[in-house]
Amino acid sequence: MRFMMLMIPKGYEKASPGTMPDPKAVEAMMKYNESLQKAGVLLALDGLHPPSMGVRVTFPGGKPKVTDGPFSEANEVLGGYWMIEVKSKDEAIEWAKRIPASENEIVEVRQVQEMSEFPADVQKAAAGFSDMREQGGRRKQG
Amino acid sequence: MTATDTHRTIDAVWRIESARLIAGLARIVRDVGLAEEFAQDALLAALKQWPESGVPDNPGAWLMATAKHRAFDLLRRKKLLERKREELGREIEAQHEMATPDPDAALDDDVGDDLLRLMFTSCHPVLSTEARAALTLRLIGGLTTDEIARAFLVTEPTIAQRIVRAKRTLAKEQIQFEVPRGVELAARLSSVLEVLYLVFNEGYSATMGDDWMRPQLCEEALRLGRILAELAPNEPEVHGLVALMEIQASRIRARTGPSGEPILLLDQNRARWDQMLVRRGFAALTRAEALGGADGPYALQAAIAACHARARRAVETDWTRIAALYEALARLMPSPIVELNRAVAVAMAFGPAAGLSLVDTLTDDPSLKAYHLLPSVRGDLLAKLARHEEARVEFERAASLTRNARERAFLLQRAATCARETSPLPR
Repeated sequence: MRFMMLMIPKGYEKASPGTMPDPKAVEAMMKYNESLQKAGVLLALDGLHPPSMGVRVTFPGGKPKVTDGPFSEANEVLGGYWMIEVKSKDEAIEWAKRIPASENEIVEVRQVQEMSEFPADVQKAAAGFSDMREQGGRRKQG
Repeated sequence: MTATDTHRTIDAVWRIESARLIAGLARIVRDVGLAEEFAQDALLAALKQWPESGVPDNPGAWLMATAKHRAFDLLRRKKLLERKREELGREIEAQHEMATPDPDAALDDDVGDDLLRLMFTSCHPVLSTEARAALTLRLIGGLTTDEIARAFLVTEPTIAQRIVRAKRTLAKEQIQFEVPRGVELAARLSSVLEVLYLVFNEGYSATMGDDWMRPQLCEEALRLGRILAELAPNEPEVHGLVALMEIQASRIRARTGPSGEPILLLDQNRARWDQMLVRRGFAALTRAEALGGADGPYALQAAIAACHARARRAVETDWTRIAALYEALARLMPSPIVELNRAVAVAMAFGPAAGLSLVDTLTDDPSLKAYHLLPSVRGDLLAKLARHEEARVEFERAASLTRNARERAFLLQRAATCARETSPLPR
């Protein structure tokens, strides 16, 4: 099963554009990433620029509205994520416990949904979407 | 934390640490069976102590220290170490290691080598392929005997026996705990790769009613492959096999229908292919090729899989390239099954008649006598050439040969379609 470990660094919601992580912290993190890789459980990972460099798209009244970051209402924002493939939630938790995080960081462990978990009607709706994508591709290429 | 919570944590820790633990111990005691026993002892100690004392900060180091302690204790008592001067030296070396200020750092440096040694040992050609697979899943995968038994659809005592015998054979044959060098390396490495691919295929061929442990084997084989790719980064065929497994695994969600019926590659909804695994597969294949391994057997098979993965729609498949890759594969490891696959690719690239003439050279091959895919492919090509009556006979023959009930139903359905085509049109 797949899990995402979501890194939530407190204070990142206010970080100025171009904020880069501390080299010492990066070094420790690299070592940790390497241990995930060597254990064969790492599928993907990425770090994200601070919200001050991003935008939020909201939909008031069903219409998209774009707001530049930082976002005053946000107090927990993502700094990055790992996607791992493990045998159990406990194993995912065990890996999360080993992250060399600092006191102001939170790691949220969330399982990736599998299509097979969905009830039949949701699966059907999702399959329809997949077919649509396929058709769309066909038209574009056709 | 409740006792149950602690036990679940211990399970997770074991999953992460057991291979490193066994590998490190095997270097000291030079016997993988004994090493596993000491590791198990440490696990039992953890199960006893951690629910009361709490999980230590560095559970891996705790397990290693406990296991080493027991290993030295027993070895000392049995005076095994005094038998040979060489081994005595090793004890001193090992005790030295225990006294290292940062045992974890020392561990990290060697653990990769130890793990690689463990893989080569548990996949030693002196063992049967079945024994190699069971031992590898047990020692490196950290699976329980019960899990391995369920995955291979055999009883637990069968697997337990297989593992015990395998360990005994390794001890009896005095198999060295080492990474083979020189000319031996290639043969031994292919033995390791063979085991991983066998485990993968066991999982890949699982059907829906099977125990959930069976499909789990795909993930397990992939994990072991990814570990091996880190341990032996300069071996192109390791990356070739990883690429092959990643790309094949990317199709798992698409290859069975809602009621578990198989969906053939060309009929699969490609939007359901797992693009993350596809990308990982491409990256691994690129590594294999960059190391000069484009023409290795696994890399070639991965390249074929990549051709399919690259095609957004089935009709966009580069069959000419696939046919050429099969030809290269057939030269490398001549096999009627590879030829059959080549025939399919040729038929797709150059028309059913060209494919059929290749298939017809295989019909007398004794090794394909009971292989249902031969008449199945032949039937398909004949149907495309509108030779429906001959096609019907082939589909029925294929149906009588397959052991998979869903496949049989599918083949009989195709036979029936051919029969309708053959019968005179109703007025």
